[in-house]
Amino acid sequence: MSKSLSLLSKRAGKINPQSVEDYVSMGGFSALKKALTMEKMEIINEMLDANLLGRGGAAYPAGKKWKQLYNIEGEPKYIVCNADEGEPGTFKDKLLLKDDPMSIIEGMIIAGYVFNSQDGYIYIRGEYRIIQEKFKESLEACEKAGYLGDNICNSGYSFRIHVVSGAGAYVCGENSGLLNSIESKTGRPRVKPPHLAEVGLFSKPTLVNNVESFADVPLIVEMGGKAFAELGSEGDGGSKLVSICGNSVNRKVVEVGLGHVTLRDLIYDEEFGGGIADGKELKFYHLGGQSGPIGFPEQLDTPYTAKALKKEGLSVGSGALVVLDEDMCIIDYLLKVCEFFIHESCGKCTPCREGNRHVHNILTKFAKGTATEEDFERLERLSATMALASSCGLGQAACTALDSCLKHRRAEFEAHMRGECPVCFPKDKEGK
Amino acid sequence: MLKHFSDEEILAVVEENGACKENLLAILLKLQDLSPQNYIDERTANLVADRVGLSHVQMYDILTFYAMLETKPRGKYVIEVCNSAPCYASKSDRVVAVLEKELGIKVGETTPDGLFSVQYMPCNGYCDIGPVIRVQGRTHGNLTEEKIKEIIQNLRNA
Repeated sequence: MSKSLSLLSKRAGKINPQSVEDYVSMGGFSALKKALTMEKMEIINEMLDANLLGRGGAAYPAGKKWKQLYNIEGEPKYIVCNADEGEPGTFKDKLLLKDDPMSIIEGMIIAGYVFNSQDGYIYIRGEYRIIQEKFKESLEACEKAGYLGDNICNSGYSFRIHVVSGAGAYVCGENSGLLNSIESKTGRPRVKPPHLAEVGLFSKPTLVNNVESFADVPLIVEMGGKAFAELGSEGDGGSKLVSICGNSVNRKVVEVGLGHVTLRDLIYDEEFGGGIADGKELKFYHLGGQSGPIGFPEQLDTPYTAKALKKEGLSVGSGALVVLDEDMCIIDYLLKVCEFFIHESCGKCTPCREGNRHVHNILTKFAKGTATEEDFERLERLSATMALASSCGLGQAACTALDSCLKHRRAEFEAHMRGECPVCFPKDKEGK
Repeated sequence: MLKHFSDEEILAVVEENGACKENLLAILLKLQDLSPQNYIDERTANLVADRVGLSHVQMYDILTFYAMLETKPRGKYVIEVCNSAPCYASKSDRVVAVLEKELGIKVGETTPDGLFSVQYMPCNGYCDIGPVIRVQGRTHGNLTEEKIKEIIQNLRNA
């Protein structure tokens, strides 16, 4: 029996993404029509029942976020979609943006209706510029068909969506950095509180949700929050798009019910990862992007859902699953992760700006075989300091992967101290 | 540099892309595309800043903050190689080696004829076809040595 689901991804590849007619023929906009007849609090209650954990990576309960904003006074309220998908290994939002953009649009309109917003913004990363243009075409088509713009579906409610481009900055995926970027400032995150629900875009109350979270909204309205929750498991409702890549046989986006598959299924099942390419062995896997934890073969039987993963020190994060085979040295890999954070740190706060550089220096010592026992302590202290004292999620999570490896693969670090690593110091092969 | 563009022509591009602050990054990316050397020069930056209502120093802050924007001249074709971990797992270091050999330059440099620059970029979301490079906004994936040579040849002939 197939373990994959086809709800969020049901239209992808089957319709012309810029055709309202195609979208409607496969169930599109029926949730919007239903929502326009519902009480606003009713919709929020469905969102609460759905147990939807935000799909951007932080897993904040979406229903709770909606309810908080609902209770905040002030007008106008803005709806913002975070389409700055930048976690390396993550390309699941791209699938929706490219192949089913109207599901995102529909979710945003429903959110707009709940908060009586007039304007929504979708911030799409600069790297997806071709997708931005197509997305604008989709918006125009929706407006023409009366689903967007003035007097949506003759309900008297009006809403517009504006496309804003990024220009290559991972830190803009942080919601407050993203809002700064829309306001034509540098995308450095803000100091919180105040929270974005109170002081958001243009200092007004604002809802920021991820692409996939918005695409989930029509599903929730249509099937009801409880039914949506049951697609997942305890406290972690719905289906989830997972982008599998790296050294797996298949590299693609799949959809699964949260808690209904294990990590082993995702990596080895034919319909998902399909195992390790070129007949190699699995060495480790990186979940949820560079800021996520690393898992090892002995944890493969963990169900893919928040609670079970947390028990193992793992998480869903952005939905990335990067598979690494026996040819990848852990130290070498962590250096790559660290280089990424050095490049992407906005430089505002010291723990992140300097911490990442120090981590890199120490990891380089391990890579060269010149590290000492004291370097373990230094790494652990650095990691703890960065997690505690960095200003935003970027610095706080930069050492998550390092922590997993120090916890589960200390032996590989120790071997490196002795100049022993089958990948980096091969005895009979040419070095890397 | 947009030296072949008059002030009016530059401002026309700003208008076409919606002359307001929230469209700033889209405007700058568009102008950079039009520049034969793939960068935003000072005159262009100041013109845009004045038009959308930013100070020149704010504009410089923005230009140097975002990785896709550049304030110094580059080659006509900027070849960007993804150096994030997923592409690295798909052997992006071999792509770099082929590019460096074919073009005779290191990452971060421009060929003497001004045709090619090679630089790194962070993950651009095409991990399903890694290793990838991006040239002129287009992403090429599943790269082999032959494929890279072909892309370079096609650009030389263009």
